[in-house]
Parts: sequence; C-alpha cells; structure tokens
Amino acid sequence: MSWFSEPASPTQITHGARLWLYVVAALVLAFLIVPTLIVIPMSFSESQYLEFPPREWSLRWYRNYFASTAWMQATVTSFQAGALTTVLATPLGTLAAYGLFASRYRWAHMIHVLMITPIIVPVILVAIAVFYVYVKIKLVNSLTGIVLAHSMLAIPLVIMIVTSALKSYDMNQEMVARSLGASRARAFLSVTLPQIRFAVISSALLAFLTSFDEVVLAMFVSGGGNSTLTRNMFLALRDQIDPTIAAISTLMIVVTTALLAFSQRFGQTHRG
Amino acid sequence: MNRFAPSPGANAAGLRRDDSVERLALFALSAPALLLVLVTMIAPVAWLFGLSFLDDAGSVSLEHYRRMIDQPSYGRTFLVTFQVSLLTTAICIAAGYPLAYAVSQMPTRAANLCLILVLLPFWTSLLVRTYAWLVLLQRKGLINEWGIRLGWWDEPLALVHNMTGTLIGMVHIMLPFLVLPLLGAMRAIDADYQKAAASLGASPMRAFWSVFFPLSMPGLLAGTLIVFILCLGFYVTPAVLGGGKVIMVSNHIANDIELFFNWGAASALGVVLLVLTLAFLFVAVRLLRLDKVLGGVHG
Repeated sequence: MSWFSEPASPTQITHGARLWLYVVAALVLAFLIVPTLIVIPMSFSESQYLEFPPREWSLRWYRNYFASTAWMQATVTSFQAGALTTVLATPLGTLAAYGLFASRYRWAHMIHVLMITPIIVPVILVAIAVFYVYVKIKLVNSLTGIVLAHSMLAIPLVIMIVTSALKSYDMNQEMVARSLGASRARAFLSVTLPQIRFAVISSALLAFLTSFDEVVLAMFVSGGGNSTLTRNMFLALRDQIDPTIAAISTLMIVVTTALLAFSQRFGQTHRG
Repeated sequence: MNRFAPSPGANAAGLRRDDSVERLALFALSAPALLLVLVTMIAPVAWLFGLSFLDDAGSVSLEHYRRMIDQPSYGRTFLVTFQVSLLTTAICIAAGYPLAYAVSQMPTRAANLCLILVLLPFWTSLLVRTYAWLVLLQRKGLINEWGIRLGWWDEPLALVHNMTGTLIGMVHIMLPFLVLPLLGAMRAIDADYQKAAASLGASPMRAFWSVFFPLSMPGLLAGTLIVFILCLGFYVTPAVLGGGKVIMVSNHIANDIELFFNWGAASALGVVLLVLTLAFLFVAVRLLRLDKVLGGVHG
C-alpha cells in the first residue's frame, strides 16, 4: 500500500485524492516565502538590472551601501531609534501592564483599551497628527521625536504581550513573598519578573522591530540628519529601483533573523 | 451575620485604607505609558479632529467634509480603497483557506514547520517584501522574463505600478493575518465529528462541507474581518507597487499634506478613515468578541 492510497483523515479520503490540496498549500507557502528570499542572491549580482540567477557575482552593492554617508547615517539613526524605543517602551509598557493588572480596578479595562488605540487608529492619521504637533513644538527631524512616536506604537504591543503572560501567572506567589516580608517592588522584581521574563524579552524584541521597520511615521517625522533607513528606502523605492536596496534588504533580513534566533534561545534556556 | 467578616474596628478601616492606597499606587505605574500615548497620539489626533471642522479662515464649518462629497476624486479614492480591500480579502480567503486546512490536517511536526514558514514573512520588514515584489514584477523582472522564456506570454505584462501589483503585495502581507486565526479555529475542531460523519455514510466531500467547514467559520470570519480592517489603512504598498496610480485613502491623505499642505482636508479624510475603521472594528468585536483577542485586563 503506497502513501497515495493511505487514508489521510478520519473521513478516509486518501492522500492521493488530496494531492491537489497539498499542491495548492505548497504553492501558497512558496508565494509567502520565495519572493523575500530571492532578494538575497540578487543582492550579490554585478548587474545594474536585478537578474536571477545573477550572471556575475560581486559585492558591488554592499560596497555602495557602506561607502555612502547618507545610507550609513540612516542606518545609525535606525539602530539608535530602535534601541532607544526598546529601552523606553519595554519598561513603560511592562509597568503599565502590571499596574493595570494588579490594581484590579473595574475601569482599568478602559485605560487598557485607551493605551491599545495606537494599533487601531490608521497609522497615516497618527503620522500626520504627530507631524502637526511636532512642527509646533519643534521636534520634527529629531531623534527624540522619532523615539517618542515609535515608543507610542510599541507600548500597546508590550502591554498586550505582558498582560497575556500575567494572566497565566499566579499572583498568589507575590502574596507569599510579601507575607514573608518582601516589599511589593521586591516581590515583583524577584518573583514575578523572572517568571514573565520570556514575554518581556519578546516584547522588547518586538518594540525594536516596530521602530526599526516603521515607515509611515518615519516618513513624516524623521528627516535631515536624522532620516531613518526605512524612510530613505521608501523614498528610493518610489523613485527608481536601486540595487543597493537589495543589499540593505539582505542585511535587514540577517539582523531580524539574528534577533529572532537570539530571543528564541534566550527564552528557551531560561524558561525552566 | 458572617462571623468571619472583618470586625468594623479601627484595624479593618486601616487595612482597607492600605489596600486602596496600594491599588492607587499600582495604578499609577501605568501613568508614564498612558501619558506618552496621550501626548503623542490621543491629543494630536484630537487636535486634527478639531482642525477638520475649521475652514481656511478659521471659523467652524463642514467645508472639508462637503468637499469630499462634491469632488469626484474623493469618491474615487473611497471606491478604490474598498475595491482593493475587498479583493485582497477575497484572494486571501481563496489562498489561505486551503493552506490552513492542509496545515491543520498535517502531523504536528510538519504542521509546526509550515507554521514557521507562515510566520516568517511576519518578521520580515514590510519594505523588504515590497521591494522584493517590485523587483520580481517589473517589466524586465523575473516573472516577465521567465513567462516569456517559457512561452506563456510574448510581451512583458504590466504587473506592477498598477492595481495588480498592489493586490499581489497586499495579499502577501495580509495572508498570515487570515491563516493564523483560521488555523486556530481548525485545530480546535474535534476529529471525532468528522469520524462520526464518515461512519454515518457521508462522503469525504460531504463531511467537509457539512461538518468541518461550518465549524471553521468563526476563525474564517475573524481572519476576514482583521484582514479587511487592516487593508483599509494601507499606505506603503499602494504607494510603491501602485506607482501613484492606486490612490487609497491613506495615500490621498499623504498627498493632501505633501503636495497641497491642506491640513483641513487631510484631517477630515483621516477622521472619515478612522470612523470607518472603528465602525468595522465595532462590528467585528460584536460578532466575534474580538476584545478577547486584543487582550483586555479582565478578559
């Protein structure tokens, strides 16, 4: 009996009769994955026109990227903004999630919803609103401005992730610590925090990526000497197709993958 | 009277006071985050909301909203926005349902591998993916080159800088948002129901359509609404892959600011987009208890 004639489900349909389903699923998965991956070999092409597979290999576009002051400056800005957003949004979001969860006010839910609004309101509206206010208070094109705006976008994500971790955490453990004489802060830091650590780390990673990948707010709020990488990429994409972007895209994929792998390892080894 | 209740003495009052002070202190922990969201998001959006009701002279009027009805360009923008959102959602359902179904029927190990593949694009920068499509779909791009080489078509097809390119890019971004809730619903379906259907003589087709499919509906509905709502606010994909020809509400807003510095018009359009989004979200919450998904404190 071959695999094709084996039953594939409780309804006794065979794998053979379901072959079309597997083919469709494989095609859809390929649609999701392949386009992004194809950028990687293309970035090592010598040609001005992006060809696949490249006829000649070179590091031309990487040299282009590393030699350009504009791209380098934008890269530095993006990393700075990402790092500062992580440092600001993660503790603020974690504290807010913990405070709202532990205070047990009935109307805390309203505040919770209010703080989640940045992911509900269309980003373009947020972007022009922030831009309008930043023009008045002279924060346009400043790193501070970008970090504040990106933190506002990242805080809801941190709150959501940490809150869901707190829900599956037994608050009575904190009670025990406190009955043994620990202060509330001590109980949080030495009992609760280590147990929701994985959620806090994932939310920190997400906060970084939120800032690092953000385009629309950066379009309006960043600029000049504080233009972000995504802003420069977006402007370049609107005008012409510069293969340097393939090189940058490849590097961005590498950075994201490294961060993900790091958080995965970190979360796993410290869980038990 | 319950004799275990705290006696109404001084000590009980003190404890109650301590408790309420502590709850207030805990609540205060959320103040910095709340302040940040209020200052950088709620207040500015409220400001624009007010601005949308002022005319150029600064007096209260509905000028900007009236213009949306008078000028056909706004009507076109809304039409395009709904068209793109509906088509993207429909294509996502057509492509996402078979994928989710196949994954839900796989052994755990294979299913998890597929799940990682579905999640992978989630973690890749939106711009990187948009760029990838731009490269693949352009006139001299990979798809045209191979299509011609394989003899499928003779002239390079216009796949990008138009509606086609926008739809392809948006489906690519939205597909995981449909597949994930759908897969969640499908995995929760007890295989015994299908066994029961089969043992009662239903063909595999019949068992699928009258047992499995209806049970997967809540997940499909959740995914569909999430995708549709997120599509309404798209900006980057239509701007890049639409090549300025596909103007959705977000692009129209950006144009009003960047080209015409018309804050009133942009604000009014933003308010309408927000109201539309909230209206659909309200429907979604009503239909699906989405607030559970969004993670309330007392969920």
